[in-house]
Amino acid sequence: MTLTAIAFYAFAIILLASAVRVITAKNPVHSVLFLILAFFNAAGLFVLIGAEFVAMILVIVYVGAVAVLFLFVVMMLDINFQELRQGFMRYMPVGLVVGAILAVELVFLAATQLAGGPVGGQANNAPIPPVDQVTNTEAIGHILYTDYVYAFQVSGLILLVAMIGAIVLTLRSRPGVRRQQIGQQLDRKRAEVVQVRKVPTRGGV
Amino acid sequence: MATFPDLAPALPEIFLACASMALLMIGVFRGEGSLRLVSWLTVASFIATGFLLLQGPEGRNVTFNGLFVSDSFGTFAKLLILIASSLAVILSVNYLEKERVARFEYPVLIALATLGMLAMVSANDLISLYVGLELQSLALYVIAAFKRDVAKSTEAGLKYFVLGALSSGLLLYGSSLVYGFAGTTSFDKLAAVLEGGASVGVVIGMVFVAAGLAFKISAVPFHMWTPDVYEGAPTSVTAFFAVAPKVAAITLFIRVLVGPFGDLAMQWQQVIQFCAGASMIIGALGAIQQKNIKRLMAYSSIGHIGYALVGLSAGSQEGVRGVLIYMAIYLAMNVGVFAVILSMRQSGRAVEEVADLAGLSKTHPMLAFAMAVFMWSLAGVPPAAGFWGKWAVFLPAIQAGLYPLAIVGVIASGISCFYYLRVIKAMYFDDVTEPLDRPTPTAGFVVAGAALFVFPVYIVFLSPITSGAAAAAAALFGAR
Repeated sequence: MTLTAIAFYAFAIILLASAVRVITAKNPVHSVLFLILAFFNAAGLFVLIGAEFVAMILVIVYVGAVAVLFLFVVMMLDINFQELRQGFMRYMPVGLVVGAILAVELVFLAATQLAGGPVGGQANNAPIPPVDQVTNTEAIGHILYTDYVYAFQVSGLILLVAMIGAIVLTLRSRPGVRRQQIGQQLDRKRAEVVQVRKVPTRGGV
Repeated sequence: MATFPDLAPALPEIFLACASMALLMIGVFRGEGSLRLVSWLTVASFIATGFLLLQGPEGRNVTFNGLFVSDSFGTFAKLLILIASSLAVILSVNYLEKERVARFEYPVLIALATLGMLAMVSANDLISLYVGLELQSLALYVIAAFKRDVAKSTEAGLKYFVLGALSSGLLLYGSSLVYGFAGTTSFDKLAAVLEGGASVGVVIGMVFVAAGLAFKISAVPFHMWTPDVYEGAPTSVTAFFAVAPKVAAITLFIRVLVGPFGDLAMQWQQVIQFCAGASMIIGALGAIQQKNIKRLMAYSSIGHIGYALVGLSAGSQEGVRGVLIYMAIYLAMNVGVFAVILSMRQSGRAVEEVADLAGLSKTHPMLAFAMAVFMWSLAGVPPAAGFWGKWAVFLPAIQAGLYPLAIVGVIASGISCFYYLRVIKAMYFDDVTEPLDRPTPTAGFVVAGAALFVFPVYIVFLSPITSGAAAAAAALFGAR
């Protein structure tokens, strides 16, 4: 139990610290790297509460794809981040108001939870499989490929459209590009392409 | 353990999914210059899908664990969507070849978008609603930017994409609220849970879902993207946008509001009445200024969605029947108008100003006459078909006591006559500046067919359409 508590506080402290560094770091590349650290720690927290599937997805999708995309954008586009930061004090009040609203909402949520009333769930009759018998991943797999196979298949078609779309909008067949022609390469005979010459001494070719 | 789902109700969709992937393969392996072949095969697979649809099981069938429903309401809408998509593909081929963007991906993307629309119409769960909507939208974003070397087309695609993503966000936020407060995403279970009224959270969620869907049908106040996207997108794409996605989105809208949220009618009727009234007014006033005929048709479509929503805001079975009749007639008028717009070329170059139609009655009398018929019909002047569409949606509204909305509708109709008549004036009374090229035979056939349908052949079809729409509306209300 204490080990879990220690791990939780360690993950939580590093998560909060790196989240603060994301917005305070001067160098945008450092910001993104701290963001990745924050994602890893959040994944650790998910593992602690037994949600290993969400933890894996967080690492694969957010670290593997989204954060790397951020890094690409930050490194490839010439954005002056100092300039973007200039209005900080001016927008501060708005930020504080939004933050205050979110804080009040959290308090309300906690209050309703403590009062014991579920927020909704009038027709929630889908049984949750016992956690000690099936892992998260297996439980999701059981319904994803049976009850929700239709949504799964249509999602596959959506990805197909995304792929066709990317090709339609960006693929260009450029003229004058030299392509490798393996047939020609293999057809070459030594006699056709190599000439052996006797070069006389002091005479040159 | 879950049993294998019954595939029979979803057979048309499964066929279309397989067909579009096969078409993609044909296109990839035949390479350049396979547009014509892939287009005609796409039309053929739409026809086959329609045939499977008519052969499908009778009555209301729910499959895939309640995610998918097939009923006669869906069948009616799906037939309209398939007709509209087929005509859009037929009209596109020549245009794409002339604009030098003849690539086989175009019909494949239209087939996938159509598949998304069929999935939308058949949605019986907030999750299947969302995946269907995204399949449709994503394909539409791509074809809006299909002329990727033209700045306006890419701008249209980007604008549509960004605003579409925003509306998807609204829709998902609303769905999550509904799920959180009602505890289910299934339409059938939602209807049961919400029977005796609902908490504020569900109502807010429903309004967000309605806002997301109102964006897709471009109802005011979510219409801002429409004129820019219609103008910027290639004309053949605009012709597609104006009809099939609208039919799909408005049917989905009806299914969501009447099905799971049917007992919250008091709440959503106010929202729909506002959208209907505002769309009619903005559609009528916005179009007056427009010189570009594609922008004019964009405002016209905003107005027409307003008229269709009048039927929905009555909240009755007759109202839904009216919307379906209206969309069937709207389909014919818009396909016809866009076939004319696609034929607007001066010495090989596409033109799209109203002024370019000047003197069309002297150079192409038949084309001008057909366009005039469409304009009369769009304005809703009897005895053209458009009048009966308006009749079918306004009558239930008056029966439901929505007199202010009906009065707004009549005034908006009157104002909209102005710009429809302006097109007729340009064709019949202005002098020829530069004659238009001869329209292609396919465009000519489509124009002639649509014009004959709008007046006078629709009289023959009016009773099957009306009875089909009535059966469809009855199926929707009977399932509750």
